[in-house]
Amino acid sequence: MNLKELYQEIILDHGKNPRNLRKTENFNKEATGYNPLCGDKVHIYLKLNENKKVEDISFEGSGCAISMASASIMTDLIRGRNENEVNEIVKDFLYMIKEKPELSSKNLKDDEKTKLMCLSGVKQYPMRVKCATLSWHTLTSAIDNSKKEVNTEKLD
Amino acid sequence: MNLVNIKNQFPIFSKKINNKDLIYLDSSNSSQKPKLVIDRLNSFYSNEFSNVGRSVHALAVAATNNYENTRVSVQKYLNAKYKEEIVFTKGATEAINLVASTYGQKYLKEGDEVLITELEHHSNYVPWHYLRNLKKVKIQFAEIDENGDISLESIKKKINSNTKIICITHISNVTGAVLPVKEITELAHSKKIPVLVDGCQGAPHLKLDMQDLDCDFYAISCHKMYGPTGLGILYAKKKWLEELPPYQGGGGMIKEVKKHNITFAELPNKYEAGTMQTAEVVAFDQSIKFIQSLGIENIMKHENELMNYALDVLKKNNSVKIIGNPKKKGAAISFTIEGIHPHDIATILDEDGVAIRAGHHCCQILHEKLGIHATARASLGVYNTKDDIDQLNSSINKCQKIFDLK
Repeated sequence: MNLKELYQEIILDHGKNPRNLRKTENFNKEATGYNPLCGDKVHIYLKLNENKKVEDISFEGSGCAISMASASIMTDLIRGRNENEVNEIVKDFLYMIKEKPELSSKNLKDDEKTKLMCLSGVKQYPMRVKCATLSWHTLTSAIDNSKKEVNTEKLD
Repeated sequence: MNLVNIKNQFPIFSKKINNKDLIYLDSSNSSQKPKLVIDRLNSFYSNEFSNVGRSVHALAVAATNNYENTRVSVQKYLNAKYKEEIVFTKGATEAINLVASTYGQKYLKEGDEVLITELEHHSNYVPWHYLRNLKKVKIQFAEIDENGDISLESIKKKINSNTKIICITHISNVTGAVLPVKEITELAHSKKIPVLVDGCQGAPHLKLDMQDLDCDFYAISCHKMYGPTGLGILYAKKKWLEELPPYQGGGGMIKEVKKHNITFAELPNKYEAGTMQTAEVVAFDQSIKFIQSLGIENIMKHENELMNYALDVLKKNNSVKIIGNPKKKGAAISFTIEGIHPHDIATILDEDGVAIRAGHHCCQILHEKLGIHATARASLGVYNTKDDIDQLNSSINKCQKIFDLK
């Protein structure tokens, strides 16, 4: 185990100063995610335009450095992309966090992949994987217009 | 009494965690097990195993005697009047569910109130919650003061003519507040209200005397008392166990079963349906012996000194905010560090072999009241030392270094 890999500078920076921690005006999609183990909650707001492109994305909530950094980095990366790209990136990220060594999404530039890979340190801390994935599952739920709250205990 | 070498009696402390000595500060969650208890489980399964109370062969007779011996040990340890007042359950949670279910069924009706406190962990709230739907019963919460204490006065405020039972923790698993349970029981009894005490945190850390405390029900979690998991104890006054209906139905708890009628066994079998945790009960006798060999007064003195030392050390650490400042504090210290989430604290401490718990500790009502999502909690056991506290403090400083707060 290596704490330095888990708490990289970029994670601590995003954890302390999360980007997009606010509520999007005139959002048209939203979802709540909940981790009953720690009581952490995240709420994602999305504004998709008529071409299903993300005009704005933001989040509210509180949590550990990993979950805040993950939501912060995610929201930065997602803005400006269309729904299909978002779904593909979410899938690639979740796959990477759980089993794959690298990201393979064609929709991500190299520097964006490097940024996301900073979160891969949680692989060595199985109890913390859910901290990193909560906001991503919640984003999927918002896009799918699912009214159900995302609950980390009910996810794979 | 030399409590310095207690760790030697616990095999787990010879193991390395993340290549470090284990500093176990999570005993409020579950305590570690002394070799005596582990060996007894092994020897019972290896040499003496049989189910109890059914067959007449030699193993069954011996196992039944061992099982019942533990009941007598517990009775004596708790100074209960009768051995029939000791019921084995799968945990303190089941013990409280047993009371909520049977007492609720027989005595509660629409408009009646169950009085609990804001300190209760989920095991002493959720079982009563079911009665809201089943019986339209109301649940009242006695409020904590600014120190995280529950006073006799705060209980008095919530008692009215609808109050039908009072259910309080002995020690808070978050603030460590020790409640005046004897005074609360006296007050309740003066109004003819029975009292259930959740002894999950009380039983491992305090001298218990049921006849002196005079509460009607006392729930114990054996795995927090240096005993095996899957085992709890309900102490209940005999008159309640006689009056209340059975809880679960099955083998062992019946007298006679006919197609149209069933009669139930005498106490305590009435409440012990199905095959019980035989080996765990037998081994729990060794937990009692372990505590008795050290002396509960010595344990209390040791843990009290350690608690004061820990409070001293942590109060000097400027970034640590201790949750609650109760007049009498036992078992647990919950804290936060500005700018670092408790889960991050727990992960960083774990790297140093320091095991604490982070989260809401099954007390969401209390955390909501305090306006915080989660806390970090260091809780004590008889094996902890001042060195453990020093290591805790230095690992907390490491958190601040990683998060660049110092």
